[in-house]
Amino acid sequence: MRNKSIKIRKRLESSSRVFLLLCGAISVFTVILITIFIVQQGLPTFKTVPIKEFLFSTDWSPSADIPHYGVASFVVASIEVTLLSMIFALPIALSSAIYLSEFAKGRFAKILRSGIELLAGIPSIIYGLFGIAVVVPFVRNFIGGNGYSLLSASIILAIMILPTIINFSEVSIKAVPDELKAASIAMGATTWQTIYRVTVPSALSGIVSSIILALGRAIGETTAVVLVGGNAPIFSTNPIDMGRTLTMNIITDMSYAEGVHMSALFATAMLLFIFILLLNLIVVAIMRKERLDG
Amino acid sequence: MENKLFNVKNLSLWYGENKALNDINMEIEANKITAFIGPSGCGKSTFLRVLNRMNDLIDGVKIEGAVDFNGKDIFNDVDIMNLRQEIGMVFQKANPFPMSIYDNVAYGPRLFKKYKKAEMNDIVERALRQASLWDEIKDRLTTNGLALSGGQQQRLCLARTLATNPQVILMDEPTSALDPISTSRIEELMIDLKKDYSIVIVTHNMQQASRISDTTSFFMIDQSRCGFLVETGDTKDIFFKPRDKRTEDYISGKFG
Repeated sequence: MRNKSIKIRKRLESSSRVFLLLCGAISVFTVILITIFIVQQGLPTFKTVPIKEFLFSTDWSPSADIPHYGVASFVVASIEVTLLSMIFALPIALSSAIYLSEFAKGRFAKILRSGIELLAGIPSIIYGLFGIAVVVPFVRNFIGGNGYSLLSASIILAIMILPTIINFSEVSIKAVPDELKAASIAMGATTWQTIYRVTVPSALSGIVSSIILALGRAIGETTAVVLVGGNAPIFSTNPIDMGRTLTMNIITDMSYAEGVHMSALFATAMLLFIFILLLNLIVVAIMRKERLDG
Repeated sequence: MENKLFNVKNLSLWYGENKALNDINMEIEANKITAFIGPSGCGKSTFLRVLNRMNDLIDGVKIEGAVDFNGKDIFNDVDIMNLRQEIGMVFQKANPFPMSIYDNVAYGPRLFKKYKKAEMNDIVERALRQASLWDEIKDRLTTNGLALSGGQQQRLCLARTLATNPQVILMDEPTSALDPISTSRIEELMIDLKKDYSIVIVTHNMQQASRISDTTSFFMIDQSRCGFLVETGDTKDIFFKPRDKRTEDYISGKFG
C-alpha cells in the first residue's frame, strides 16, 4: 500500500515535469511556426518582384495595369514614426521612472503607478479613437496639414509606449544599490547630481533595453496608427503629411489582396518581423553583456 | 579647546517611535583616530552617520541635541553639501561607482568645480598615492573600479573620499569584509593619514581599535534597545584601566 503511493507520487512528479516542459515548449514552437509560415507565404513574391524593387522602390501600386510592389516608403514611414514617438516619449518616460523610483511615496505614488498600468491596458483601438478625436484636430489646427499624419501617429505611439519604458526603467533604476547612492551623497552630491551621475548611468543597460522593447512595440503597432496616420501609400518624410507604415500597409490591403499582391503583404510582414527580431537580439546582447560585467 | 573637532551635546535620535540613541555627550579631537566600539545594535554606526548627517536620508528620523563641527552647529549653521565635502565617509562594504578608477576618484571634486585636465590628473594621482593604490593601478586608470580586488576597492573608496580633501574621514567598519592582509594595509594607511586628517572609525574588532586608535568610545544598549555612550577615554585607559565596570566586562569578553 505504502509502496504503491510512492510509485504514484513518483509518476505524478515526472509527468508533471513533462507537462510543464510541453507548455513551455508551446511558445517556442509557435514562434518557429510563425516564422516558417510567414517566410513560406512571403518568399514567392520575389519570383515575380525583384527583391531590389521590393525593398528600394517607393511605388506601391498593386492594382495598376503593371503592378508595382515597392515598400521603401513604408519602411521609411515606419522608422520615422517609431523614432519620432521615441523622441516624444523618452524624456517624459525617463523622468517618470526617476520620479517613481527615487521620489514618489505613499498614496500619490500608488495612484501614479495604477495610472501607468491602466495606460498599458488600454486597447489600441481606443488610442486610435482618441487620436481621431483629439490628436488629429490638434495637429491640424496648431501644426498644419489635414491632421491625419505621421506626426499624429507618432504622438499616439508615444503615449502607448510610455508604460513600457517607465516600468522597465523604474525596475532597473530601483535595482541600483543604495550603497552607491549613499557614497555619492556622502561626497557632498545633491540628490539630482546623484541621480544623473550615478543612479541613471548605473541603470543604463536596463534603460536602453526598455527603449528598445518600446521601439519594438511602436514599430509593430497597427490599429491605432492606421486610424490617425492618413494611410496614403506615398513617399514623404514630412511628418505632417499622410503616410503609411509597414503595418498599415498589411492591414489595409489584406482584405482584398490575392496572388502576388497577397504574398507581397506577407513579404512586408517578413520585413517587419526582421526589424522586431533585430531589436530583440539587441536586448538579449545588452542583457548578456550586463551579466558578464556584473 | 582649539583641538575640538566635534562637540556633541545631549544628542538623542529616534527612528520613528523607537529611540536609538540616548543623550550622547562627546568631544572628538582633530588629527587623532577615534574608535567607536560596542556590541551590535548599540547605535555606534547610527551615531557616526549623525556626524555627516547621513541619517537625513532615512524617513522618520528625529534628532535632538546639538553637534558642533569646528564650532558650528551642523544642523543649522552649515550647508549640508559642504559639510559632507569636509567630512568624508568610507563604508563597510566597498562601494566604488561602476565607472573607471579615474572617474571614481574625480567624482567628488567634479561635484563642486570644473577642473582643467592637468589639475584633475594631479588630484587623482595625489589621492591614489595617499591611499597607497597608485603604484598598483597607475597603468590602468581607465579600467572599471569594480574590476579591482576587495581590498583595492576599499582603498579606491578611501582615495575617492580623500580627493575632495576633507578634514575628517568617517569609517564605518571599513575592514570587516576584508582579509587580514588587506585589513592591515588599511590600518597602516589610517595611521599615516592622521597627520593630515582626523579619523573616526566604527569597528567590531577590538584589537583593531586598540592597535590604531588614540581615543576610544564605548557604546552600549539598554533594555529598550536604545544605544548610549558608556565612556570615552584614551584608548590605553579604556583597554587597560577602564573606569566603568561595563567597559571592563565588554573588553574582557564577558558579553558582546
